[in-house]
Amino acid sequence: MPLWLDLLIRVLAVVVGFLLLPLLVGQTEHKVMAHMQGRLGPMYAGAYHGWAQLVADGVKFVQKEDITPKDADRGVFRLAPIVALFPYLLVLLAIPLGPGDLVAQPLDIGLFFVLAVLGVGVLAVLMSAWASGNKYSLLGGLRGAAQLLGYELPLVLAAASVAMAAGTLSLPGIVEAWRPWWLLWQAPAAIIFFVAGLAEIRRPPFDMPIADSELVFGYMTEYTGLRFAFFLLAEYVGIVVIAALTTVLFLGGWHGPLPHQLGWLWTLVKIFALSFVIIWFRVSYPRLREDQLQRLCWLVLVPVALAQLILTAAVKLAI
Amino acid sequence: MTDDGERGTPGKGLVQGLAVTLKTMTRRSTTRQYPDVEPDLPPRSRGVIALLEENCTVCMLCARECPDWCIYIDSHKEEVLVPGAARARQRNVLDRFDIDFALCMYCGICIEVCPFDALHWTPEFEYAETDVLDLLHIAVEAGLTPLRALGEVGRRRGGVLAGELRATATMAALGVPRGQALDRLIRRCPSDGVTALVAAIRRTERHGAPLGPALSGLAADARTQRAQRLRERAARAAPKIQLVVALLLVPATMLLVAAALTAALL
Repeated sequence: MPLWLDLLIRVLAVVVGFLLLPLLVGQTEHKVMAHMQGRLGPMYAGAYHGWAQLVADGVKFVQKEDITPKDADRGVFRLAPIVALFPYLLVLLAIPLGPGDLVAQPLDIGLFFVLAVLGVGVLAVLMSAWASGNKYSLLGGLRGAAQLLGYELPLVLAAASVAMAAGTLSLPGIVEAWRPWWLLWQAPAAIIFFVAGLAEIRRPPFDMPIADSELVFGYMTEYTGLRFAFFLLAEYVGIVVIAALTTVLFLGGWHGPLPHQLGWLWTLVKIFALSFVIIWFRVSYPRLREDQLQRLCWLVLVPVALAQLILTAAVKLAI
Repeated sequence: MTDDGERGTPGKGLVQGLAVTLKTMTRRSTTRQYPDVEPDLPPRSRGVIALLEENCTVCMLCARECPDWCIYIDSHKEEVLVPGAARARQRNVLDRFDIDFALCMYCGICIEVCPFDALHWTPEFEYAETDVLDLLHIAVEAGLTPLRALGEVGRRRGGVLAGELRATATMAALGVPRGQALDRLIRRCPSDGVTALVAAIRRTERHGAPLGPALSGLAADARTQRAQRLRERAARAAPKIQLVVALLLVPATMLLVAAALTAALL
């Protein structure tokens, strides 16, 4: 197969996944959150139990008027949703779906690339907050800045621990090197990565920057129509990305019965299981306050992550 | 607030929270989907106030006790011949009983006060109207002048609507009840303008509001709506362009950039 065709198919597949998986996760969130709260969720869109709700939402957002507030910084305001969305697409390019060659781009520094690109998403929050010309957005953005910068550290330390255990930064390589007993060895790192990842995508209980009962909608307040839809898409793609990264780094990605035929299935099952847990956390837990959030990060996650690094190094030397 | 002695193992509350939401998720939800499924209301639910006509003796206690004065009652006396009695008995006959639900505050005093249990609560709650004046539950009667005016307008113009107006006026002149003629006009010309015109005429009959200003208001509204419709048609072009951009140009651009990046990285 010529190189350009191979590349095109891989990128197309990732783009299709990029567009479809968040819709599935979003619809799951509607229904799961509803049933956990003792109600039904969307029932009208599409004839069967409202399966087409998000499709209808998409059409609604596309046909809306394009409004930029008068006091907003136009260029930055308009650019922020793309800056929020695009890094997640790049991250998805590096995630391995199955053994062998089932990845869009098998990068040797995959993990480093993924963590660096995830950091760009922080910019989007700050851009939209400052450019909106709105006090509530600004407050949301500043809270977001403190939160996102703080939680980058445990995220990176936990990822570094598993990279050290596998001896490589390449994501397919880490999945290949994974063994079931790592579930125990890297358990603290897994929990820290998952929690820090939740904070990075600003999901409850870490949704201080949005805080929709206090800040209207935080840094997304002034957005309508397609731009708002991009932000929402970015939120759900973020869930998929964090679930995928946790799966690939700590839960063994495509490992499972018949890995060479069904590896891709196990990866997807684990991603959806983790997405369900993320939605579950949203329904069950109240929001963490500013200071509680920072305490959790600096006084709990960072020391435990450092301790995990020491443990990993010790076991690695002993083996 | 629990004091420190009762605090369990750290994290117990978090796990209990998760357990509660999971259990609720597995149970069947009792939500009833209202417009498709009628709600099961108990028979004494406080919906609309209804009259059992056979019990009513037109004592007018309800109209007197209503704090809002929203009950309108008309009656006349009839004689009932009793064989063997010195003179005929008289009884009240109810002509018109109307509660103006635009004023009613649903206090229920009229129901409490009625000595004959003629008024009662019913579970009916779906009686919302688009015009507050239609909340006076009443029958329409008499009056001809506005209809003759409609007839004159019809005679001076050509076209389908003018023909219908002429027909309506002729029917009313021949003795067809006014309400019936206007209903027929709405049935044969089911447009918003005609419905609004007929509603204005009915309002004049009921409340004596002058028809002239009402009609000028209707004309101004119709002109504004036409202008609004034309402006909306013009504005609809923008989202169509947006749709094409979103569905074609954005994914194509993202693909190109992604391909370029991966080509550069290789």
